[in-house]
Amino acid sequence: MGVGIEVVNLNAWYGANHTLQDINLNIPANHATALIGPSGCGKSTFVRCLNRMHETNPIARVTGTVRIGDLDIYEDAKPVEIRRRVGMVFQRPNPFPTMSIYDNVAAGLKLNGYSNRRVLDEIVERSLKDSALWDEVKDDLKKKSGASLSGGQQQRLCIARALAVDPEVLLMDEPASALDPVSTSKIEDLIFQLKSQYTIVIVTHNMQQAARVAEKTGFFLNGRMVEFDSTHKIFTNPSDKRTEDYITGRFG
Amino acid sequence: MRTATDWLATSLAVLSTLMVVAPLLAIFIYLIYKGASSLNLAFFTQIPKPEGEEGGGMANAIVGSGVLLALASLIGIPIGIAGGIFLAEFGRGTKLANAVRFTADVLNGVPSIVMGMAVYALVVTPRMPFSALAGGVALGIMMIPTVTRTTEEMLLMVPHAVREAALALGVPNWRSVLSITVKTASPGIITGCMLAFARVAGETAPLIFTAFGNSNWSVALNQPISALPLEIYRYALSPYDDQHRQAWAAALVLVVLIVAAVSLVRYVTSRGVLKGAS
Repeated sequence: MGVGIEVVNLNAWYGANHTLQDINLNIPANHATALIGPSGCGKSTFVRCLNRMHETNPIARVTGTVRIGDLDIYEDAKPVEIRRRVGMVFQRPNPFPTMSIYDNVAAGLKLNGYSNRRVLDEIVERSLKDSALWDEVKDDLKKKSGASLSGGQQQRLCIARALAVDPEVLLMDEPASALDPVSTSKIEDLIFQLKSQYTIVIVTHNMQQAARVAEKTGFFLNGRMVEFDSTHKIFTNPSDKRTEDYITGRFG
Repeated sequence: MRTATDWLATSLAVLSTLMVVAPLLAIFIYLIYKGASSLNLAFFTQIPKPEGEEGGGMANAIVGSGVLLALASLIGIPIGIAGGIFLAEFGRGTKLANAVRFTADVLNGVPSIVMGMAVYALVVTPRMPFSALAGGVALGIMMIPTVTRTTEEMLLMVPHAVREAALALGVPNWRSVLSITVKTASPGIITGCMLAFARVAGETAPLIFTAFGNSNWSVALNQPISALPLEIYRYALSPYDDQHRQAWAAALVLVVLIVAAVSLVRYVTSRGVLKGAS
């Protein structure tokens, strides 16, 4: 089941660059929330703060509070524990190139020490079904490398891999921006189905995509969150002039 | 005009390829021409006959080379790979890593005879005189820099996205390095190990002061041991024609064994590779 995310006074830096400034918002459980904004506005940095991937860069720094469910992720737990509860899908599909399809999906469990074959088989099948890839790959699970799939299939494989560790939140950083329109619509359908079980945060450049998949939308600009509201309101009647300028295509 | 340029470029490429392959083929053909006639069962099963007598073989040198190279690999490959992993994954940018990298590059350039003398000074003592172990240590140290630097370079070629994927699954960094990054880079790392292996397999100079050579059967690690390059060196300088022929045969066997070992490792490690893996 998904859980809500509460962000209080979040600030982030890359070196001397203050990339996120005083972000406050509440992301509702079991809904999809879209983050939009021009390149370099901080939306990717923001999602990377939600699973503590931001700090894997040695020059990065974070202050503020992020609560996922009732867990304060910067106070109560280690990064590896957070990342098991908060899955992530990246902009470019990044399956493990030397692993089979099966091993790619099972990687998160196997590398954390699970080895019960029957349980693994079940989880791999369930995750691939949840990511709508099962029918396309079920015959070559252990024969083909994850890298042999098409781009869209690879991205769904990466979603299956993230789902296999049974996270509560799924972060998606422009998951369809490297894909063709057919693959993109498959990913969007998937987001629609997955949000009943997970809290989804999706960064996107594509405003139609945000309008299609998300109930809530946040608009980021120059490291600040300008506006956060229901998607319908953001796209029809935004309260801030800058949001309106952006969604009507006047800049960005 | 464009066809002419194309033709010229193709011809140059073909010519260059031939120039690269030609010396290798020439060596191989010449070795077969000179050495094949002396290859017989006795060559592989007997030990050398006393000076001046005809016949005999190099069984002890073939086995000796095997023992020395196994020792060298046991020492050089683990240390070399560990060094490469440190340089690429854990020590990046630190002073220690720069020092290690510099040392490896210098070590790579140290003449092999100097390596033999150094190991002679450090390992060969009155209590443990010339020995297989000392020879293995000398060859093993010579393998380290090649293995370390290729391992480092191969690990750095693994895309950042692959590391991030592992970390984002909640895999601890050390586990991600060992199970994902090293595994992804393993074909290149294995190539580096094979290069180092093939290089030291033919080394003579570092063995003169360490393994020393032995005209009797010995596989004991604390005794002098025979090796193919040492026998080639000794026999090539001998006044007897029969020993010259045997030196050629030994050279042929050495080259064939290196090719066989490298091919075997390649075959074994490529069997697990999946369809479409990159």
